[in-house]
Parts: sequence; C-alpha cells; structure tokens
Amino acid sequence: MKTVLGIAGAVAALFLTIAMFGTAGWTRPPLAVSQNGYRGTGMDQVESRADAIAVKAENVAPAPADPAEPGGDLAGKTYENVKVLQNLTTNEFNRLMVSMTEWVSPEQGCTYCHNTENMADDSLYQKRVARRMLQMTQHINTEWKQKHVQGAGVTCYTCHRGQPVPANIWFTDPGPNATSGFIPRNNGQNLAKASVGLASLPYDTLTEFLGQKEIDNNLIRVNATTALPEGKGKPIQAAEKTYGLMMHMSQGLGVNCTYCHNTRAISNWSESTPQRVSAWHGIRMVRDLNGNYLEPLLSTFPRNRLGVLGDVPKVNCTTCHNGVNKPLNGAHVIDAYPELARPVVAEAPAGAAAPPALPAPAAPAPAPASPAPAMPSDAPKP
Amino acid sequence: MAYYQNIFTQVQVRPVEPEKGVPVAVDARWGKPFHSYLMGLIGNAQVGPIYIGYLGALSFTCGLIAFEIIGLNMLASVNWDPVQFVRQLPWLALEPPRPQYGLRILPPLNEGGWWLIAGFFLTTSILLWWLRLYRRARALGLGTHVPWAFASAIWLYLVLGFIRPIMMGSWSEAVPFGIFPHLDWTAAFSLRYGNLFYNPFHMLSIVFLYGSTLLFAMHGATILATSRYGSEREIDQIVNRGTATERAALFWRWTMGFNATMESVHRWAWWFAVLTTLTGGIGILLTGTVVDNWYLWAVKHGVAPSYPHVYGPIVDPLSAPGGTP
Repeated sequence: MKTVLGIAGAVAALFLTIAMFGTAGWTRPPLAVSQNGYRGTGMDQVESRADAIAVKAENVAPAPADPAEPGGDLAGKTYENVKVLQNLTTNEFNRLMVSMTEWVSPEQGCTYCHNTENMADDSLYQKRVARRMLQMTQHINTEWKQKHVQGAGVTCYTCHRGQPVPANIWFTDPGPNATSGFIPRNNGQNLAKASVGLASLPYDTLTEFLGQKEIDNNLIRVNATTALPEGKGKPIQAAEKTYGLMMHMSQGLGVNCTYCHNTRAISNWSESTPQRVSAWHGIRMVRDLNGNYLEPLLSTFPRNRLGVLGDVPKVNCTTCHNGVNKPLNGAHVIDAYPELARPVVAEAPAGAAAPPALPAPAAPAPAPASPAPAMPSDAPKP
Repeated sequence: MAYYQNIFTQVQVRPVEPEKGVPVAVDARWGKPFHSYLMGLIGNAQVGPIYIGYLGALSFTCGLIAFEIIGLNMLASVNWDPVQFVRQLPWLALEPPRPQYGLRILPPLNEGGWWLIAGFFLTTSILLWWLRLYRRARALGLGTHVPWAFASAIWLYLVLGFIRPIMMGSWSEAVPFGIFPHLDWTAAFSLRYGNLFYNPFHMLSIVFLYGSTLLFAMHGATILATSRYGSEREIDQIVNRGTATERAALFWRWTMGFNATMESVHRWAWWFAVLTTLTGGIGILLTGTVVDNWYLWAVKHGVAPSYPHVYGPIVDPLSAPGGTP
C-alpha cells in the first residue's frame, strides 16, 4: 500500500510538473521593466523581453505609398459620386484608394467595395460603410487630435491591419440564453469571458460604458470623495463593473493598473499619470465613435455583420491599440496621408440611418490644464 | 517504543479493538469504525464512529440545501451544460440581490431571492454546527475553547453577509457564493472603499493572521524537535516540567532572549487565531458604515505618506464644470 501510493504520487507529480511547463503559459526571464512613478510606489510595467520584442514586431506600421504627383483635376470632377474626398486631386485620390485596398482588403482588392463595371455605384454595402469610415477617420484625426490621438493619428490600418473586419471589434454580450424556467442569479457576470480578462467580473461592461454616446460622465467613478460617508454611495456591483472595464483597458493596451494609477489610491487624479487623462478622453472618443459613426450604420450592414442581438459591430480600446499602449508602436501614420486629417465634409452617406452632421464629442470635456509630459524612458513598449 | 524522529517519520497506531474513548451520558455514535492508511498519514488511523445527533443531522441537512441551491444556480448559469459546469466551476456563483431591492426579505428568486434562501440555510447550518460543537464539548467535560474560536470565524461570516448589509440597508452589499466571484468581490470591495490596506482593523487582522502562521510553525517545530525528550506530553509538562520543556525553553531563550511556556504558547496561538477574524470583522463592519474611503481617512489621520509628484499636476478632466464624483 505504502509503496504503491508512493509510486503513484511520484508519477502524478512528475506528469503534473511536465504539464505545468507545457501548458501554463509561463513568462520567463529575462524581463523588461520600466518605472513610471515615484520610487517605492510599485508603479512599474513588467513584461518578458521576448514578449516585448514579439508584440513590437506585430505592430509595425506599413510603409506609406509614394507621394502623389502634384497638380491635376479634383477627384470630385473626375469621378462621379465622390462625397467625402471630392477636394483631393485625382492623383491623391487614387493613391489613397490603393492604400485603402492594402490596409483593408489586400486579398479581395477593389471589388470588395466597388462594382468594377461602374466604380461610382453604391450598391455594395462595403462601399457605403467605407465612406462613413473615412469620415470617422477624419473626425478622429481632427476632433480627437488634441485629446487622444495626438500627432500619431490613425489610418484605416490602425484598426483593420489588412483585414476587411478588424480583429478586435465587439458586440453586446447577451449572456447564456436561459432555455429553462430556472433563471439563475448570476448578475451578468461569473463566466470566463475574454472581455474582462477571464475574470468573473460583469462581462458586458463595454455596452454600458462604451456603447452609448449620452452617458453620465460619473458612471465609471465609484469611490467616495470624502473620508466619511456623506450620503448614499455606489454599490459594490458598480465597482465590479468599473473593474471589468479597467480589465478591458489593461488587456487592450498591454499595460497593468499602474500605467495610469497609483494603486494605493486608484481614484486619486493627482497621484495618477498623464496617461490616465489621455485614457479618460479615449473612453469619450470610443463612445463618440460608437454612437455617431457605427450605430447609424445599423441599416447599412447586412445581418451577418451584426451581433447576436442585431447590434452593430463596435470599437473599444483594443480595436486600435491591439495590445500596445501606443497603436502601431506610436508611429505617426497620419503624416503621409494629410487628407485623412482634414475636417469632415458633412455629407450623409447613402443608406446610413441617421444624418451624421458634425458630432460633438460625447463629453463636454475640458482639456487637461497642461499638456501631458512624456513618460520617463518611454515606459513600456508591449 | 516508537517515537517521532522528524516530520517525515510517522507512527500509525492501530488498536486491535476500535477506541471508544471515555463513556459519556448520551452517546449516539453511528457507523462501523475502520482503519485507514491514508487517514493515518494526516491524523488518527481510526475513522469513526461519528456522533450525529439531531443538531448534526439538522445542520447537515440545512448545509445540503444551501449547497444544492448554490450548485443548481451555477449549473443553470451555464444552461445546464455539465461540461461547461466543470470547466467554469471556479467562475460560477450565486449573486446577492440587486441594489434596488434593499433589505427586502424575498426579492424575485432570479434577482437575489435564491441568494437569501441559500444564505438562510447556510447560516442556520453553521449556527447549528456551533451549537453541536458546544454541546459535544460540554458532554465530554471539555472547556469551550473550540466553539468560541469557531464563533470568531462565524462573526466575520455574519458581518460580511448579514450585519453589514443590514447596516448599509441593502443585501446587495453582501458577498456572492462562488470561488473566483467572492475573490473578485473582495478586490472590488477594497477598490470601492478606497483601499482596505489603510483600514487599521484590516492591518490588525493581517498581523494576527500572519502571526498565527508564524506561531503555529514555531510551536509545531519546537514540539516535534523535542518530542524525543518527551514533549508529546506538553500539557503534562506545563506543571511537571521535563527535559523536553527545558530544552525547548532554552532554545528560544538562546535564540531570541525570551520564551513562551508550555501553557502560554497555546494561549498565544488561540488568541492570535481568534483575533484574526474578530478584528477583521470589525474592519469590515466599519467599511462603508463609518468610513467611506480608507485612503482619505488615512491621509486625514496622517497614516498615508505623501510622495513627490513625478509629472506635475494631473488634473481631473471633469473637475472644472460640475465635477462631482
């Protein structure tokens, strides 16, 4: 009995050890650590050097196309039915179309959006969506330049990465649909969901916090601002929702809590880093894009592009960031495509449900008092 | 005669006739006793007979009902899929009522009613078990140290799931029943109330918790190390000091200048263990009811240090117009 148990135990331990090495996704040294707060506060970004190199390699901006030859007619005159880019020269217009094909539909080519018999034809939904997305790109590069994207800007590639549908989009999560009369009490949480980093936190926080453009600006905040209770505070469930959103941001940007917060006082702004201000505006930007650019495309998208509940595909932090604190490693992708940083031409795309107009940012957000100073030593590069 | 050489040498006592222990007035033991090598590895090799009694039976039944309610809610939250139930078991939970129901006795079952029913049966089960412990201790003529130590743990349980929610005016303040969910709840609780590490009763609880493990290790090691000199008779040696006690005492007096006695070390250990949950319960009870943000409380009372600002002023983007939290 003793011997058998001993041998069985040793064999089990051996196999478990082997399985552990192979399956647990270990992060092994050497590590790359960067400090982004006062010493002793534990404000460090830690990653393995191998991961840092891999992630950096996965997020390289494509080389811009050669500049267009100057001069020539405007595209709006040369081509029919040009509604957003009519003020570009024909050469600039063609250059951008070629770049867009490389960014969005390199395999499918022009025919992904265009009827090649008649390039002006709007019959394909992809073309109508692309037109709205061009306006969205211009909107991000103008209205959100100071508050979020800064000089780096965005192009189609920032999200699309050579795919017609960006890898990191999201839909409202309906949760498990109860097929029996016994409806459990799980509070929209407690399932292993990637949207909250596989925690047991509420898994549909994105709908609540990022899905709507009109939202209480204080919804995410749960802490009391006084030491002692003065009136009714927020419930712990609210803290769990905020926690879920923060897990999403952490995963989406490949950073930990201390990239923005001093975790001894998470809610305290004066102890936070400038990145928190940028992230705060980023949240408003995502709400703006979802509410003003993606929701109105509901009737444009075919059913197979919609979520289980029939909602449009939406953006979140990961859509652009793709696991890096600065999308495409902070490359100034907009420099070679200044036409994508022009003010949006107010023109309703055919088939869009709502008139786009020039949407104001969701929040009446005052800019931070001073421009955010740079991080020491360029912080993490995951 | 066998004696303990070190922690890896085990002695398993297997009496020819199962031990019955001292005769007691009411003895309703159940089951046929047997010897188990595996049990002998961690304790006595003899298993059973067990005392059930009506308190034990009631307690077990109530516990089973709570266990079933929690388990069925978990199973229903993966749509009765047994594979997903096993895969996601650590994530699954039964959540307390939604905040809008306040202290309502029975909100709709799927919005927290199940939690209240499960909580009622679990609490009943635990309280009955306490009573059973107390009565069995008395029946054997023992002191009631074990039931009172258990009561300290029950205090923390009741504060978390009953007393504090009542003081806060909502069952939604209570803890979910689930493995990861109760841990995530704990993290969210600390985040909501401005960092529990600044709660002085939380500090005390940690001191007693870590102190308990230290005392346990020191005492266990001391007794095992001196057992070859007879320290397995440690209680006898409280008054009748032998060479084991003297060597143990001398060891600690040599190494740290001070030593516990054969009796006092047990009082130390008991109080450390009991105070862990006692102070922890006080800390939880004060959170949200008396203090809403422990970090700000600590700043107010000079507990939290201030660090130099690395980045210059970082201003809340909402602070200018209507910036209430």
